[in-house]
Amino acid sequence: MQNYDLIVVGGGPAGLAAAIEAKKNGVDSILIIERDREVGGILQQCIHNGFGLHIFKEQLTGPEYAERFIEEAKSMNINYVVDTMVLDVTPEKVVHVINPKTGYQTFQAKAVIMAMGCRERTRGAINIPGYRPSGVYSAGTAQRYTNMEGFMPGKKVFILGSGDIGLIMARRMVLEGAEVLGVAELMPFSGGLKRNIVQCLDDYNIPLLLSHTIVKIEGKDRLEKVIVAQVDENFRPVPGTEKEYEVDTLLLSVGLIPENELSKKAGIKLNPVTSGPFVNESMETSVEGIFACGNVVHVHDLVDFVTQESRRAGLNAAKYIKNEKATEGKVVEANTGFGITYVVPSKILVDNVKDELVMFMRVNNVYSNMRLEVKSGDTVIKSIKRRHLAPGEMEQVKLKPSDLAKAEGELVFSIVGEDA
Amino acid sequence: MLENKIELVCIACPVGCLMEVEQNGDEFIVTGNACKRGPEYAKAELTHPTRSLCTTVAIKNGFLNRLPVFTEEEIPKGLIFKAMDEINKVVVEAPVKVRQVIIENLLDTGVNVVATRSMDKKHS
Amino acid sequence: MYDVVIIGAGVAGTSIARELSRYKLKIAVIDKENDVANETTMANSAIIHAGYDAEPYKNKGKFNAKGNAMYTQLTEELDIPFKRVGSLVLAFSEADLATIELLYERGIENGVPDQKILTKEEVLEMEPNINDTIFGALYAPTAGIISSWEVAIACMENAMDNGAELYLNTVVEAISKDGDVFTVKTDQQDFQTKYVVNAAGVFSDKVNNMIAAPTFEIQARKGQYFIMDKDIGNLVNTVLFQCPSDVGKGILVAPTVHGNLLIGPDSVFVDDKEDVSTTAPELAMIREAAALTTSKIDNRKVIRSFSGIRATSTTHDFVLGETPDVKGFFNVGGFESPGLSAAPAVAVFIADEIKERNGGFEPNPTFNPVRRPFIRFEELDFEEKAALVKDNPLYGRVICRCETVTEGEIMDAIHRNVGATTVKSVKKRTRAGMGRCQGGFCEPRVIEILSRELGKSMNQVSYDSPKAYILTGRTKNVEE
Repeated sequence: MQNYDLIVVGGGPAGLAAAIEAKKNGVDSILIIERDREVGGILQQCIHNGFGLHIFKEQLTGPEYAERFIEEAKSMNINYVVDTMVLDVTPEKVVHVINPKTGYQTFQAKAVIMAMGCRERTRGAINIPGYRPSGVYSAGTAQRYTNMEGFMPGKKVFILGSGDIGLIMARRMVLEGAEVLGVAELMPFSGGLKRNIVQCLDDYNIPLLLSHTIVKIEGKDRLEKVIVAQVDENFRPVPGTEKEYEVDTLLLSVGLIPENELSKKAGIKLNPVTSGPFVNESMETSVEGIFACGNVVHVHDLVDFVTQESRRAGLNAAKYIKNEKATEGKVVEANTGFGITYVVPSKILVDNVKDELVMFMRVNNVYSNMRLEVKSGDTVIKSIKRRHLAPGEMEQVKLKPSDLAKAEGELVFSIVGEDA
Repeated sequence: MLENKIELVCIACPVGCLMEVEQNGDEFIVTGNACKRGPEYAKAELTHPTRSLCTTVAIKNGFLNRLPVFTEEEIPKGLIFKAMDEINKVVVEAPVKVRQVIIENLLDTGVNVVATRSMDKKHS
Repeated sequence: MYDVVIIGAGVAGTSIARELSRYKLKIAVIDKENDVANETTMANSAIIHAGYDAEPYKNKGKFNAKGNAMYTQLTEELDIPFKRVGSLVLAFSEADLATIELLYERGIENGVPDQKILTKEEVLEMEPNINDTIFGALYAPTAGIISSWEVAIACMENAMDNGAELYLNTVVEAISKDGDVFTVKTDQQDFQTKYVVNAAGVFSDKVNNMIAAPTFEIQARKGQYFIMDKDIGNLVNTVLFQCPSDVGKGILVAPTVHGNLLIGPDSVFVDDKEDVSTTAPELAMIREAAALTTSKIDNRKVIRSFSGIRATSTTHDFVLGETPDVKGFFNVGGFESPGLSAAPAVAVFIADEIKERNGGFEPNPTFNPVRRPFIRFEELDFEEKAALVKDNPLYGRVICRCETVTEGEIMDAIHRNVGATTVKSVKKRTRAGMGRCQGGFCEPRVIEILSRELGKSMNQVSYDSPKAYILTGRTKNVEE
């Protein structure tokens, strides 16, 4: 069995950034394992720009953002393999892989970083009734066909879900000559970034139907039409509001789910809210020496934050390998209060936080003029004014060691009225 | 003519500030922006709106069938579909380097269309 | 000139073809669909019933337990995934207990072996996730779970290995008989044959009426289902039926042979015999009814809902055998549940009838009952996987990550007899795209492999029928 200090599962932006950071912090024996034919992950199909504003202070497309990390990894001589599937990761950090060229291999690692990313929610997961014709795609699959394979998934398109991929694909399909009849969103607000509504829908006069859903899919062979209806406050279709759209294509942009099949095999505890592993301040999972970062932990809306989080995982994996991490001391749990769906990380070993710790979280609804508050018992540790909060936009709160010093037992993150 | 006061979502970056823009003669008074790009965007959007265009071109013998490209700078919004027509005519040959110029001076805008990734030849 | 033309490539038609391929015969199987097992056989509960359900005087009662017993050998010979996990009919009241007593008695009459009536405690020990409002259950250890379309695919492949021919995308338009010779006219070609087997599923009445007196009518009875993620596939160990009552036949909760959980079906007569749409109120009802069996089903784990059509005959039984008015024309009509379970026994019955009508058949000297095993990478152990990839590197490339299906398996599925030509047919044979992402990641790869192997452009690869096209053309208007 071959040995590595660090094995990184997944060569997307998370895995690349984590590996680079580990290398910078003194780990030489690293292997990145990628299942696709090249590294870079889903960024390779995200040809729109807007990536990199935080990390590079410029607007890059997905492929270019990926390429910067790929080139950096190459220049640092970090090993990676493509076209290789990880079949199993054991709690003892034995990694089983297959590849057509090298066959079935097992590797022993001192530390593992899980960076498998996420997958798209499907029609089945949201139970749209009707027939099962061709022409119904998840938005990301359609994006791959259009941008990488160079094939059109259809000509007349309707989109369900106003997540960013759906919005981006609306524009993409129009630019490539398709007609996009509308975007329906179940919630009374969009799940995507506001700029994408402006530049992907408004610019092309594509209607966004909030509080609407698809109630039926018709067409025995190829999609022929979708029936769209308004929903009430309990998300139930309102009878009499049905409208037909004759389309040959339906794109679903109804959410992303962290892909943690391998984490389960490794015995890692998952958070049912995020579907990702519970992690601590070092991005370490419940299994010692196995770290996780990026969309496999929780779905991010900006890759820059994936990079930031993954660097933290890479740094801490390096420290773990070199036995430089504190393993005992004061522990603070991060819990959710009013208005907060989840907080990552969920556990903080205070001695491991040197300068600051970025806490990522999502809110459960749209709020205006509120405060994000961090409390420990009755002590308010932080209270930050926010003009606008929405579930589609990840929030972050930076905690300093001095903030953590004030915490006892747990930190509760919640939304409070501005005057509170 | 512009209305005196309008709301505008800034698309200069993913934050998407909701701004209020007031016009006073040639001057624009912008509030609600989190950074200096807000007023710049507002003024441009209300006088000569521009957009960057990200798309693909066909590539021969490439690792993939399509090469992602974008306009290095924003181009007038009204030219987007004309620009697509131009870009769609192009077939490049692998290998290509990131930022390699694919179309020079697109539609006389002074803006180049460049590759946004490097692409090797197809392995075979 | 054919000896036998079989109309319909579902489980009935294909198992009869396989049975007849034991003899030196020229056999054609015709189907209007783009693949075998594409309608009723594709969408059903996929259960091999023990055989206590139907009255002993009915064909359903006569052939069920017999067919069930034959599945051990059949699945071994044809390498079909099959697990005899047993079934429970759950009693939730005193009245239900009386019903399962009756079923037990009927099972004895029908020849169902090893049945047992279990107490509440015994049931809960076997199935700890069942609601503890349970009173008792009828246990039938011979019941099993199978992949129904794989039965038909394997039977057809084996029949073809033994000389039978398959004509897909071929619609029967008329049947005539001149002397002893039938002419089956289709939209593709005419088939001359000595014998005709009508196994046309929901359209078996229509096909019967092309030549014989109308003696039965098929009504389409729709049933809807949920398939749940493998995460909760082990919620139950056996097939769990609710006790039939005045209210209805109840909803089943069962593991599938590939490790998912199956919930359904309801039963609604529909006018359109190909109405396989799902509907929200019925799906909601199924969810509620399943909760009577176990309240532990996590409904967020649905990966797909689907609906299937049962071919219910107005005679309330299978319509089996030679028609009285047209010698040489054999029906397998109304082949609804337990049709799948009964199929091997019915195939022997029909083959024997034809043989008798012919005054005997010569055996096929090269008949081989064994289908070349289909290697399922995921099911192999470490050493087997390593050896396989070494031998054929394509088994080292995982295409469907949810179900761990390799390129080697997809290649095998394409290049066998009854080879896969579409995304759906690859899915039926290999499970690529059947997992939790429902093909989101692997569909582009599957299309690419099909396009490469079949020498088609990617946009000529369809999901199912040619009308179910996927990609509509190239982006950019450039020559490639």
